[in-house]
Amino acid sequence: MNRSAFFVERALWWGPGLAIVLVLLFAPLLFTDFYLSQVITKALWLGIAAASLIFLAGYVGMISLGQVALYGIAGFTMANLVAADGGSPIAWNPWLGALAGILVCTGVGLFFGAIASRSYGIYFLMITLAFGVIAFLFFGQVTQLSGFGGVNNVDRPGIVSNPVTDPANLFYIALGTAAAVYLLIRYLVRTPFGLALQGVRDDPSRMRALGYNVPLLRMLAFGLGAVIASLAGILSVWWNTRISPGSIDLARTIDVLVIAVIGGLYRLEGAWVGAIFFAVLDNWSRGIDVIGGRFNTVIGVIFLVIVLLSPGGLMGIWQAITDFAGRNLSRRPTARQPTDTPQTQ
Amino acid sequence: MTGETAATADPAWRTRLVALPPRTLAVRLVIALILAFVAAWVGYKAAGNPRTFVVVGLNGLTLAGLYFVVASGFTLIFGLMRVVNMAHGSLFMLAGFFALDLQERLTGGEATSAFGTSQAGLGDWIIPLVVACLGVAVIGLVMQQVFLRWNQGQDLRQALITIAISIIIADQVLANFGGIAENLAAPDAFPGSVSLPVYGISYPFFRIFVLLVAVAVGLALWAMIKRTRFGMIVRAGVDDRQMVSALGINIQLVFAGAFFLGALLAGLGGVLGGTMISVDKGNDTTYLLFSLIVVIIGGMGSLAGAAIGALALGLVDAFGDVYLPSGYTNYSVLLIFGLLVLVLAVRPLGLFGRPA
Repeated sequence: MNRSAFFVERALWWGPGLAIVLVLLFAPLLFTDFYLSQVITKALWLGIAAASLIFLAGYVGMISLGQVALYGIAGFTMANLVAADGGSPIAWNPWLGALAGILVCTGVGLFFGAIASRSYGIYFLMITLAFGVIAFLFFGQVTQLSGFGGVNNVDRPGIVSNPVTDPANLFYIALGTAAAVYLLIRYLVRTPFGLALQGVRDDPSRMRALGYNVPLLRMLAFGLGAVIASLAGILSVWWNTRISPGSIDLARTIDVLVIAVIGGLYRLEGAWVGAIFFAVLDNWSRGIDVIGGRFNTVIGVIFLVIVLLSPGGLMGIWQAITDFAGRNLSRRPTARQPTDTPQTQ
Repeated sequence: MTGETAATADPAWRTRLVALPPRTLAVRLVIALILAFVAAWVGYKAAGNPRTFVVVGLNGLTLAGLYFVVASGFTLIFGLMRVVNMAHGSLFMLAGFFALDLQERLTGGEATSAFGTSQAGLGDWIIPLVVACLGVAVIGLVMQQVFLRWNQGQDLRQALITIAISIIIADQVLANFGGIAENLAAPDAFPGSVSLPVYGISYPFFRIFVLLVAVAVGLALWAMIKRTRFGMIVRAGVDDRQMVSALGINIQLVFAGAFFLGALLAGLGGVLGGTMISVDKGNDTTYLLFSLIVVIIGGMGSLAGAAIGALALGLVDAFGDVYLPSGYTNYSVLLIFGLLVLVLAVRPLGLFGRPA
C-alpha cells in the first residue's frame, strides 16, 4: 500500500479516536450535569456490558445473551449485601459488597460457562438467552432478594458521591473502568491464552486435535466475560442507585445486543461507539413528538437496517470509509507503481 | 445353562459400566441420584395428598399441551430452515391481542374482563381464533419472505433480524393495545368444568380442551411429516436442501409453507394461552423462553423432542409451584434452570438433537 494512503487511513482511525478521548477527558467541563450523567456515564457502563459481549463474540465466537443477567447478578449481590431498602438487611461496606458482587458473578459465570460451553453458535445463543430470562424471573419471584420492586437506595462508596447532583466522580470512575476493560481485553487477546481463544473461535476441532481443552477454554472465556459484565453491573447500580428485575429483563438484554451490533460485533471499540449512539438517540428521541416517544420502535428499525445492510455495524461503515479514502488516494500512485516515489500531498 | 448366561451377562454389564469415562460415570450417577430424590419427594407428597397430586399433575399436563403447540411451530421452522425465530413469542403475543381485540368488537366489549370467568358465543371465540391465527401466520410469512429468505444459511444474522422484529412488535403492541393483562372469554358452548371420576375433582374444561388440541396438533404434524408428500419433501430438505432443489422441487415454496405453518402454530398457542391463562404484554418473553427451553431439552427440530420437552417443562413448572417446601415456592424457577442444566450436562444438543 502506498505510504500516504496508509497515513490517511491511520489518521482516519487515530484522529477521531484521539478527539473522542480528549472530549471524554474533559467531558465534565463540556457538558451539562444532566447530559454527563444521563448520556455519557450511562453509555460508558452500557459500553462495558457490550464490551463483554463483543469480547466473547469477536474473539471466542460465543454470542452470549446472558451478559445482562450476569451483570444483574453482580448488581443484585452487591445491593443485597450493602445497606439498602428491600432485599436482605445485611449492611456491608460498599467496596466489600462490590467485590463480593464481582466474585459471585464470576462464579455463576464459570458455572454457566461450564454448562453452555459444549454448545456452539446458535445453540449457545439460545441457551444463554434462556439463562438470562431465568435469572430475570428468579429475581422477580424471590422477594427475599428483590421481588418486582427491586432494591432501592443502594449504599455507595463515598467517592461515588451522588450521581445526580454531582455526576463528575462517577463519570471518571466509569471512564477509568471502561479504559481498563478496553486495555485489558486488547492485552489479553495478544497473550497465548487469547490466541488460543481465537483458535477456538476459528476451528474448535483443530484446536482439540492440537491438544487444547476446548470446553475449558470456552468456560474460562465466559468467566472472563462475566468479570467484565460484573463491572458494568456494579457501575449501573451506583448510577441508578437501585436495581430491579426490570434492569435485567429481555428488553435490556436486547439493548446490550443492539449496542454491540450497532457498534460492530467484531470490533472492541464498537462497544462504546454503539453505546454512545444508543444513549444519545435514547435521550434525543424522548424530546420529540414525531415518533410519539416510541423509542423502541425506532431502535428496532435501526437495528434491523444495520443487521441487513452493514453486519459490521458503525465500525464496519467507518472501516469501509477509510478503505475507500485509502484506495482513492493511492489510485494515482498505483498507476505508476514501479517508481514508488514518496508522495508529497 | 441359565447360570452360565447369568455369569456372562453380569461381567458384560459391569465392563460396559466400567468402560465409561469416570467423569461421565460420575455425572450419570449424580443425575440418577437427583432423579431418585425428586421421585421420592414427589411420591412422598403425593401419598400425603393424592387429590392435589392429580390436580397438579393435570395442570402440568395441560400446560405441557400449550407449550407443545407453541414450541412445535418453533422447532418446525428451525428443523427445516435452521432459522431460530426469536419473534416466535412475539407472534404468540400478537395473536392473543388480535383475538382479544376482535372478540371485544364482536361482543361489544362485554364478554372479556380481567381474569373473569365470562363466556362468549361459540362464534365469538372461533372467529377471533381463525382470524388471529391466519393474521399472525401471514405476518410470519411476510417476515420470512422479506427479511429471511435472502439471508439463508446465515443463522446468526437471521436470529438478529427476528430479534429486531420482536423489539418492534413488542413496542407496537404496547402502543396499540395497552399493557393490561386480560383473558379471552371461552365459548359458552363449552362446559365450564368437568367432574373427573377420581376424588370428585371438578376440573376446568378448557384446559382439558387445550390438552386435546395439543395431542391433535402433535398427531397431525406427525402424520404430515411421515405420511404426506409435503412431509417427505420437508424431511428431505432437512437432510439435504441442495439435493432436494436439484431434483426440481421448489424448496422456497416448501420453506414458505413451513414458516406459515410455524407462525400459525404460534398464533394457535397465543389464542389458546390467551383463553387459558391471559393475554399480556410480557407474554412474548415468557413464551419465547418456554419455546427455547422445550427445544433445548428436546433437541432442535425434533417433534418427539418437543413433546418430551414440553411435558418435562409443564410438569416441573406445575409441581415446582406446589411441591417445594413452604417458604421456598418462589424459588420454583430454579427448578426449570436445574432441568436445563441436567439435560445439557448429558446431551449438549438436547435429548433428541443431532448435529446439523
